[in-house]
Amino acid sequence: MSQEIDETLLKSIVRDVLGEMKSADTPISFKGGEVATDGPSQESSVDWFKPMGVAKPGRSKNEVVIAVGPAFATVMTQTIIKQSHKDVLRQLIAGIEEEGLKARVMKVYRTSDVSFISAEADKLSGSGIAIAVQSKGTTIIHQKDQDPLNNLELFPQAPVLTLDTFRAIGKNAAQYAKGMSPSPVPTVNDQMARPRYQALAALMHIKETKQVVVGKPAEEIDVNFN
Amino acid sequence: MKRQKRFEKLEKRPVHLDGFVKEWDDEGLVAMHSKNDPDPSLKVENGVITELDGKKREDFDLIDQYIAEYGINIANAEKANAMSSQSIAKMLIDPNVSRSEVAKVTTALTPAKASDVINQLNFAEMIMAVQKMRPRRTPFTQAHITNTLDNPAEIAADGAEAALRGFPELETTTAVARYAPLNAISLMVGAQAGRPGVITQCSVEEAVELGLGMRGFTAYAETISVYGTDKVFTDGDDTPWSKGFLASCYASRGLKMRFSSGSGSEVLMGYTEGKSMLYLESRCIYITKASGVQGLQNGSVSCIGVPSAVPSGLREVLGENLMCMMMDLECASSNDQTFSHSDIRRTERMLGQFIAGTDYISSGYAGEENSDNTFAGSNMDVLDYDDYESMERDLAVDGGILPITEDQAIKIRQKAAKAVQAVFDGLGLPEITDEEVEAATYGSTSDDMPKRDMTQDIKAAQDLMDRGVTVSDIIKALDDHGIDDTAQAVFKLAQQKICGDYLQTSAIFDKDWNCISAINDNNDYMGPGTGYRVWENKDQWQKIKDIPWALDPQKVDF
Repeated sequence: MSQEIDETLLKSIVRDVLGEMKSADTPISFKGGEVATDGPSQESSVDWFKPMGVAKPGRSKNEVVIAVGPAFATVMTQTIIKQSHKDVLRQLIAGIEEEGLKARVMKVYRTSDVSFISAEADKLSGSGIAIAVQSKGTTIIHQKDQDPLNNLELFPQAPVLTLDTFRAIGKNAAQYAKGMSPSPVPTVNDQMARPRYQALAALMHIKETKQVVVGKPAEEIDVNFN
Repeated sequence: MKRQKRFEKLEKRPVHLDGFVKEWDDEGLVAMHSKNDPDPSLKVENGVITELDGKKREDFDLIDQYIAEYGINIANAEKANAMSSQSIAKMLIDPNVSRSEVAKVTTALTPAKASDVINQLNFAEMIMAVQKMRPRRTPFTQAHITNTLDNPAEIAADGAEAALRGFPELETTTAVARYAPLNAISLMVGAQAGRPGVITQCSVEEAVELGLGMRGFTAYAETISVYGTDKVFTDGDDTPWSKGFLASCYASRGLKMRFSSGSGSEVLMGYTEGKSMLYLESRCIYITKASGVQGLQNGSVSCIGVPSAVPSGLREVLGENLMCMMMDLECASSNDQTFSHSDIRRTERMLGQFIAGTDYISSGYAGEENSDNTFAGSNMDVLDYDDYESMERDLAVDGGILPITEDQAIKIRQKAAKAVQAVFDGLGLPEITDEEVEAATYGSTSDDMPKRDMTQDIKAAQDLMDRGVTVSDIIKALDDHGIDDTAQAVFKLAQQKICGDYLQTSAIFDKDWNCISAINDNNDYMGPGTGYRVWENKDQWQKIKDIPWALDPQKVDF
């Protein structure tokens, strides 16, 4: 096989492919009767939660990525049961550090869906393990070779997630990153969470979804609890 | 303010723990009709739909395009859409107009027109219409079988008890996703031990779920979700075409399947385009029809907290079930999720589907205590069995659940737990101990079960998939342990996928593997004296009448 690559040819191929992608994209536009309502809210600047530019793929096997939804900390500040986002992150990070690993926090903008947040983040995680958290508190542990809607552990009922649960989730995620097989965090089921919280969950998710920015890459976040 | 004592008491009633919100059209928090819903319209040119509900062909979104191409009976479309919505609504409840006559019209409507027809009906009329429009003459219901520990012996025992109580379909899922193959196998074995002919599913991630079916660990699927706006579809990496493709994968392996949708899902996912829940659900029903799928689970399903929080929400939910039937689709009519703290509202929730009868009144009923229901709880659970059976007896309604005696329950639970113990042994899975069999036989929740080593189970589940274990290995394991009747039942179930009769609309099996569907048990309701009447189904009515806790007046000692 020839080792030589004709740069001009390569460039023209790339241009052609990009061109085709653009034209292939045009028919799939979502112009269908969308109704303009209130747009996204301005993100507040929060001293403990600082954006640091586009998140890069990690190289360290010792890191677990924590990816949060687009409204997290800057538009909404607490989960559906009023736990502060700061405490949630503090516990997740503590759980990871307890296992001797490092946590890297980022914010995902492309989607507000917890599975797809995790599927974007695990590809940036050096260990391939990511935890995704929506503003309302719904959480997932995901590994990069899994289908987006699959998971290592899913915590679909935000109203039952206590700070202790978040710490246990951080700990388990770190153990997966180390190649261990932890016992899953015990499933708590509150069958009355839906009647009490589902309408509120809808409102919180609508607010989070308004913050979605199509095509915007994940942002590295510097967290400082001091 | 000085509190008024009655108001203080009222606030403490369970209903005050439920969520209620006012309508908000622009975010789709509206049940039956939003100011942003399109007016019905249709133009057909040279056999092609060129205008649909106010949009020209060039402005169609993905869903419009899919529906216009495949979802509407174009030959009859212009005529049907020219009729007034009121006259179509009248046909729905007129006992002199047969189901098939109505379906000729309703399968040719546009989504906005069908919504408008539903909007003409009050709740009592919807019940009348559902009674006539459900495809299968005999109503049934479905159960969830899960527990928070994913304990296999308990799944098998609960599955067997539900099978004996008359559920023709059972659905499991997982607390921990990686348990999926073990739960699927435990439920299938337990169900066949309980009553041959019961079909089972395991609701998990779509690729995994299809894989379980292809190995013969499940016999049907229903959680293939479709949505009413493009953005919700594409946010989940899907399109109507990808769902249609998935549907054909099931069909190609002789596996029954239905889609799943329901009002409120677009609200929960934040992309409603400001349309009403009913209009968006009508698009889901048309996508299902367009995909050639035989049925749909709808009725808000797990999003029930959303429609039930707004005015006319539960009327909308019965309305969407009815619309599903109007498209000649099997309807698994939800009633499968907790939505209220109030026992009065829980009963209200299922009243329409229960009285009218649907293909599956609930989809499903919690076949375990709700604390163990890993679908996050159902509207009714095992502790409501006696209330439910009393209602069937009071109203002479076949709600699809039969009374059994304690002795019958103990026997069947033990039989199922032993069968799954044998299968785990034969497949080289971590042991199910005699202690677990005993606990599953006499227990009611996973709190009554000895704890298993979950890490070992998860590893074994992965190993089982890697080894390529299929239903043949399960049949062999049962046979090797001398459990002949269950081995035979699992074998018969596998055979059914080859002949594929049960891919017909609304199909289930009886205990002798006779396929009962809308083909050979077609709903022929045309007013009093016609259609399904439970007292004419003498065997069933006798069982419903004979609740074990009724006194025999001729044998009472005074």
